[in-house]
Parts: sequence; C-alpha cells; structure tokens
Amino acid sequence: MHQTVSNGAPKTFLDQVIAATPGQSHLEMCIQCGTCGGSCPSGPDMDSTPRNLFAMIRAGMKERVLRSNAPWFCVSCYYCMVRCPQDIHVTDVMYTLKRMSVKSKLYDESTAPDFSKTFIFWVENFGRSFELGLMSQHMIRHNPFGVFKIADMGVGMVTKGRISFTPKRIKGMDSLRAILDKAKEIEAEDDAKIMGGAG
Amino acid sequence: MKYSVFPGCSLEKGALGYPYWQSMEVVLKPLGIELVEVDDWNCCGATEYIALNRMAAYALIARTLALAAKTDGLREMVAPCSACYLNLAKTDTYLAQDAALAEKVNGALAAGGLHYKPGAVRTRHLLDVIVNDVGYTPIEAKVTKPLTGLRIAPYYGCLFGRPKLDGVVDDPEYPVALDKLMQALGAEVVDYPMKAHCCGGHMTQISEASAFEMIRRLVKGAADYKADLIVTVCPMCQMNLDGFQSAMNRYFKTDYHIPVLYFTQMMGLAFGESARALGIGAEIVDARPALARIGVEVPPSEETPPAAKPRRPKEALPMPAMPGREEV
Repeated sequence: MHQTVSNGAPKTFLDQVIAATPGQSHLEMCIQCGTCGGSCPSGPDMDSTPRNLFAMIRAGMKERVLRSNAPWFCVSCYYCMVRCPQDIHVTDVMYTLKRMSVKSKLYDESTAPDFSKTFIFWVENFGRSFELGLMSQHMIRHNPFGVFKIADMGVGMVTKGRISFTPKRIKGMDSLRAILDKAKEIEAEDDAKIMGGAG
Repeated sequence: MKYSVFPGCSLEKGALGYPYWQSMEVVLKPLGIELVEVDDWNCCGATEYIALNRMAAYALIARTLALAAKTDGLREMVAPCSACYLNLAKTDTYLAQDAALAEKVNGALAAGGLHYKPGAVRTRHLLDVIVNDVGYTPIEAKVTKPLTGLRIAPYYGCLFGRPKLDGVVDDPEYPVALDKLMQALGAEVVDYPMKAHCCGGHMTQISEASAFEMIRRLVKGAADYKADLIVTVCPMCQMNLDGFQSAMNRYFKTDYHIPVLYFTQMMGLAFGESARALGIGAEIVDARPALARIGVEVPPSEETPPAAKPRRPKEALPMPAMPGREEV
C-alpha cells in the first residue's frame, strides 16, 4: 500500500487515487509516453486518453478527471497494462476513477454505472448473476426500443435453451451478505482516511 | 489429474455458456481429468462490482477462494470462463502482494465465518490446464476424426493472457496455445491477427457504436483470412461474437456469417463425439455449413421453434360468413 494511508490524510489527488487502488498501481511513475492511449481499443471514444487523465491527476484536476467519460469506455482488455513501460496498473486505476466518480456523483451520461448497479443487485441478493434479469432490466430502463434490434438473438437463445428464466440463489446467502456488508463498512472507513475529509 | 472447478454464472445450465460446460465435461473424461465443483461458489463480480465497491468486490471473490481452499484439499482450481479466471487469479495475486489489503478482506470474510490465506488456491484457465498439464501429444493420440480441411481462427480475447500474472505461460499479445491445440486436432489454423483483441465485454449493453465496432473488427478479421469459424475460450466472447453478429451486421449493413464455437467443442468433434453431446446447435450463427466440410452433421435443435402465433384464435368472434359455408 502507498505510504500515505497510515500517515494521516493524503495531500494530493494523485495520492488519493493511488491509495484507493488495490495492489501496486505505480501511477506516480507515469512518463507520459502515451502507450496506453495508443493501445486502447476504445481510445477514439474517450474525451481524454489515460495519459491525459494521469497528467490531470498529477495536476490535481479532480473534477475534470472524474467527469471524464474515459473510464466508462474502458473495456478491461489490459492491453495498456501489459504494454506500459512503467508497469502502471492502468486498468485498475480506471476502476478507481469509476468508483470515485460514482461516489462524488460526477460521472458522465454513461449508463455503465447503472448497468453495474443492476448486476450487483443480483449478486447481492442471489450470490449469482442472472443474464436475463440483468439484460432486460437494463434495456427497459435505458434502451426500450433496443430489444427489437436483438429480437432474433433473443428468440434464438430462448428456443435453444440458452436462457434461464429463474435466478439461482446460493445456500450461504446470509454469510455472503454479512461479508459484503462488512466489506463496505471497511471500505467506508478506508475512504474516510484516504480522502481525509477533503473528498 | 484432479482439480476443483469454478463454473461461473455463465456456464450454468440455462445460461448462455452452458454448451461450453457440456463440451468440457465430455472431453475431460478421456483425458483423465477429474473436476470437483466448489460447493456454493458465488459470482466473481465480472467487471461490475469492482466499478462500484473495491472491498466488497475483493471480498466476494475471496469468499469463493476460501471455499475452494476447502474443496477436497485441492490446491488448483480450474475456471473455464476467462473473466472469472482473471478475477480469481488477480485477486489472489494482489492479496498475496499486499498484506494490508489481505487483512481487510479477511476482516470482511470473518463476518461470514471464513478466512483465506493468499496463495492457498491457484486458479488456472481451462485452456492452460489442457495444453500444459495434459499436453498436445496425448490429445493428438485421442483424435479419431481429425478436423482436416477446416480453417479455424483461434480467438483468445483479452483475459486468458492479460494482464501478465505470475504463472501465465502464454504471450499476452501473441498467444499460441490455442493455435497449437487446433493444429493437434488436424485443423488448418489461420494466423489470426485479431486473436488477442477485445470483444467489447459489457459494451453491447452500454454503447452500441463502440461494441459493434469491436465485434466487427474481429469478425471481419476472421472473414478476411477465409476462416470457416472462430474458436473461442470464453463465454463472454462467444456471446458477443455469435449472439450479436446479426445486430452488428445490421448496424454496418454487412453480411458476415462466421460461426463461433468453443475449443472444447472442437476437441469433442475430433475425439469422435456427437455434435449434440457437445452442445453444438445452440449457437446463433449456424455452424452447420462449416461443420459439413468435415462431415459433421448437426441435428436440428430438439426444441421446436415456437409456432407462429395465429393472428386470430379460433374461439374468437367469427368473421361474417355466408350461412352453410364452412370456413376453409
């Protein structure tokens, strides 16, 4: 972990991002080479490439970073991460920026956070994800006409027995719920230290 | 050889990736691999939980790792889905590297009466186990119906080889395990330049334009190399390339028809198993024309497609008719 966590409130946005990223992110090592953005399949959709974001993080431009659409276009392909000459865990940092942006309610118009929330609903209540519930709920909320566009796929999946109509619930749901609640409590304590009342 | 196994939500009966599970079970038996399912495993969180809660996401995965550590004393767990594999293996790696993180995650696990010692279970991708623990030569020896004449585009996607975690044996950008495996089955393997590119993951649900573009590149790449089919190692990739191929075609006004099958299904065919036992026929882009090239007949799906709904039920109010004339 980054040294600033135990020594009271981190001073800079860079410190906060590093402290909120599990593992060794090496974010402070960025040399602005741009390999990340050049390797990104979603690069053209992003308003700022990862390199831009990392420079802005260093410059303390918190709000602009957390309003960027870039993390929401990250597809977790890890090309940037294996190519980064400084071994920066770019994908992990993107997830940190997603979390920070949702917590501070700064995220762009992407429906991705809502998709994640719907996904998590099934996990937190059943312990398993549920494709039909996830896709239909998300689509009804954000793209009700989209269902016609993939109707042939849907019919194919149903007639070929590839879609389940009932979610499965794990046996140890109570135990899982206790674990997740506790984890969120620990995360909240952690965040309070990382943000130092500033975030 | 015995391993524990984490099926993942996508491989359950009734889920989109079930044919992967079916074909895996069929081909592992003759290779002498026994799998014990981790009891009461939970979802790996995919790419969604970590986008909102980091500790809960780690604790969710650690619960499964803790349960795996209790499975018959087995130290290695197989994950057939690349996304599950990555989540489990990466979490274990980070927990081992970061004692403070491990302590917090175990603090959460304790609330559910569990504990996990980082490194206690090594998670491995199914393809890794098949090519490295079994090996190409014993697999070749099991081939009774070689896939001769079939041009295959081997598709690894992202998470089989990236990020480069300890113990990952293939190249993160130019993997070859699946190429060699398909060659061992007698297939002609094209040097598919898109083999480790991204299928778009959850993007079909979030941004059509970017999702379809990623799917288009992969399908076009295979078509340009005149591949008969794409072979995949992940249920998410399979769904994006197969299930969304027609929607992508409509979006770009293209007309690609490249079937997408699992590598375990190809192994099964080469071992002489029937297409039905391998779950072939459940794919959306018809694989029959491609498989006919190697003399495999795929029976039509058992389930009859729903009959077209009559526009007007018989018992509805009758249309006016001349008395004495039966409706034809």
